[in-house]
Amino acid sequence: MKKKYGFLMSAVLAAGTLLSGCGSADNNEGTQNEGGGEGNKNDFKVAMVTDVGGVDDKSFNQSAWEGLQKFGKDNNLEEGKDYKYVQSTAASDYQPNLSGLIRDGYDLVYGIGFLMQQDIQTVAQQKKDAQLALVDSVAVNENGEPLENVASITFKEHQGSFLVGLIAGMQTKSNKVGFVGGVTSELIKKFENGFKAGVKTVNPDAEIYVQYAEDFASSEKGQAIANTMYGKGADVIYHAAGATGNGVFTEAKNRAKNGEEVWVIGVDRDQHEEGMPENVTLTSMVKRVDTAVYEVSKQTMEGNFPGGKVTEFGLEEDGVGIAETKDNVSEDALKKVDEYKEKIKNGEVEVPKTDEEYETYVSSL
Amino acid sequence: MDLMQILELIIPAAIFSAAPLIFTALGGVFSERSGVVNIGLEGLMLMGAFTGAVFTVFGEQWGFGAASPWFSFIVAIIVGALFSLLHAVASISFRADQVVSGVALNFLAAGLAVFLVKKIFDAGQTPIIAERIDKSNVPFLSDIPIIGPLFFSHAYYTSYIAIALAFVVWYVIYKTPFGLRLRSVGEHPMAADTMGINVIKMRYIAVMLSGAFAGLGGAVYATSISGSFSHSTITGQGFMALAAMIFGKWHPLGALGAALFFGLAQSLSITGQQIPLLKDIPEVYLLIAPYVLTILALAGLVGRADAPKAIGQPYEKGKGR
Repeated sequence: MKKKYGFLMSAVLAAGTLLSGCGSADNNEGTQNEGGGEGNKNDFKVAMVTDVGGVDDKSFNQSAWEGLQKFGKDNNLEEGKDYKYVQSTAASDYQPNLSGLIRDGYDLVYGIGFLMQQDIQTVAQQKKDAQLALVDSVAVNENGEPLENVASITFKEHQGSFLVGLIAGMQTKSNKVGFVGGVTSELIKKFENGFKAGVKTVNPDAEIYVQYAEDFASSEKGQAIANTMYGKGADVIYHAAGATGNGVFTEAKNRAKNGEEVWVIGVDRDQHEEGMPENVTLTSMVKRVDTAVYEVSKQTMEGNFPGGKVTEFGLEEDGVGIAETKDNVSEDALKKVDEYKEKIKNGEVEVPKTDEEYETYVSSL
Repeated sequence: MDLMQILELIIPAAIFSAAPLIFTALGGVFSERSGVVNIGLEGLMLMGAFTGAVFTVFGEQWGFGAASPWFSFIVAIIVGALFSLLHAVASISFRADQVVSGVALNFLAAGLAVFLVKKIFDAGQTPIIAERIDKSNVPFLSDIPIIGPLFFSHAYYTSYIAIALAFVVWYVIYKTPFGLRLRSVGEHPMAADTMGINVIKMRYIAVMLSGAFAGLGGAVYATSISGSFSHSTITGQGFMALAAMIFGKWHPLGALGAALFFGLAQSLSITGQQIPLLKDIPEVYLLIAPYVLTILALAGLVGRADAPKAIGQPYEKGKGR
């Protein structure tokens, strides 16, 4: 009985947010949907909702949009009509934005980022015939079962982190490296453990400092943590901490300017630019959100919407890897990366995701 | 790791993270001493950070080289002062509720800055600035044993400017006729008016000064810590500065101490997790330490906070109070 009441209440609340969504989506879009229908080969329409990072966050919102743009161009879709994005300026925008796009007839609507998980789940249960996709997390109903109309896209970040770990382990001179995490969570743990495993694989004696800022948007915390780690002798720091990582870059650049040789390993996309002009970006662990968005859009257009499934993008699917810019990576390290890429692909090496798996992995070395 | 090494990590970190707060808190002192509540510090700081990042980028393009951040500080001071005029006009001339007007300033700044970044750079954040305010060792002073490495190494010059400025502000507010007028306007505007002080003008000046200082604080944050401006650059630092000002009992040197204390607590909580002795303490205790310390200090050490008497009250000529 009590449960029923709760459901009723959430339904009323959800209806409320939905209704409020009607207004805002209209404001965003204006006239774009009115002229539609003039001769596309197929009338497939796809859209994405950014999280609060915005479409040019230099991270996965941007990457997702790049993937969507490529998909649109390859299929002769019209930007703004057949494929487009809607920005969210606050977490409260997610739901209205998602439902707005569904109502506007988009065949596939992406929610970018795990921040949107709750909202995707709510919307998916209200609009059973909509097709949604969630990047970076897995959408489930209240019983923990996957939602049939949501395609969940995740990445094997531990594999990519393992590769940059190899590089860090090879190129550290002090034999001390650091990891700065955003918020302690299952997701960021994958980065941490993959990285640590990579370092230990090539450099068993290396000391690894790990610290979480418990914040994704605090440059000063990132800088203070980096200051401590570099101060203790680390010369390579891998950050998986969003904007908190900017502080890591600032600290590294400061030290580089004063003649110290320190490096940062970027995350999510090629962060070479962030390390300029002092050139402190060693390499970056790239999540190919664009590849994933492209793939899932393609599958959906062909009628194979991977709803209710978790589509995982790893090394094999070219979903994770190291950045294009390789200027600062040594030949030897690149060779090691290629060697282990193969080993991971053919299953010879199983990269750890959790703390327990990491312990087992290290003891097996 | 010995104690000296630990202190060398903690103290410089405390000083650098305190600098933007000191500037902004000093701005708050001016405004509130004159009787105008300034919740808008956050928004003013945000505009400052925006201006700081944008004009450093422009400065680089215009060939100012290493002077670009300093150039951006000047622009940020001007922009901060102008932006605070909105608050001044609403709360002094139109006698609106000062808290509401300040909150409006915060909302406006957040929206406006992100909008302008979008317009100017066609991106959600400014480019990464190349010419930053960098950490450096102060010549000569950093060679002094013990004090040198702790206070004069790996530090931003802006931090020293902030500390020095706190003393300047103290002198201005407590030792000059201007300061006396400013305080009198905040304590008893009616009496001040009778003595021939232009209350409205004094308050305008005070609010604009607070805008200038907060703008500078924001610009310092952008050019020394974040290195760019985006929607997540200023998230609550303005409110921290406001807290530092109240913690410091509306006194410039108190605000300075409070900001440094916040910085120290923050740096302890971060660095502590890497220090042998403190490492064994569960992380969560270190993370909440700054807030617990602040509450303890507020409750136990500081005592009664005396706000200026006429704070929050618009002044209307001839309406005795």
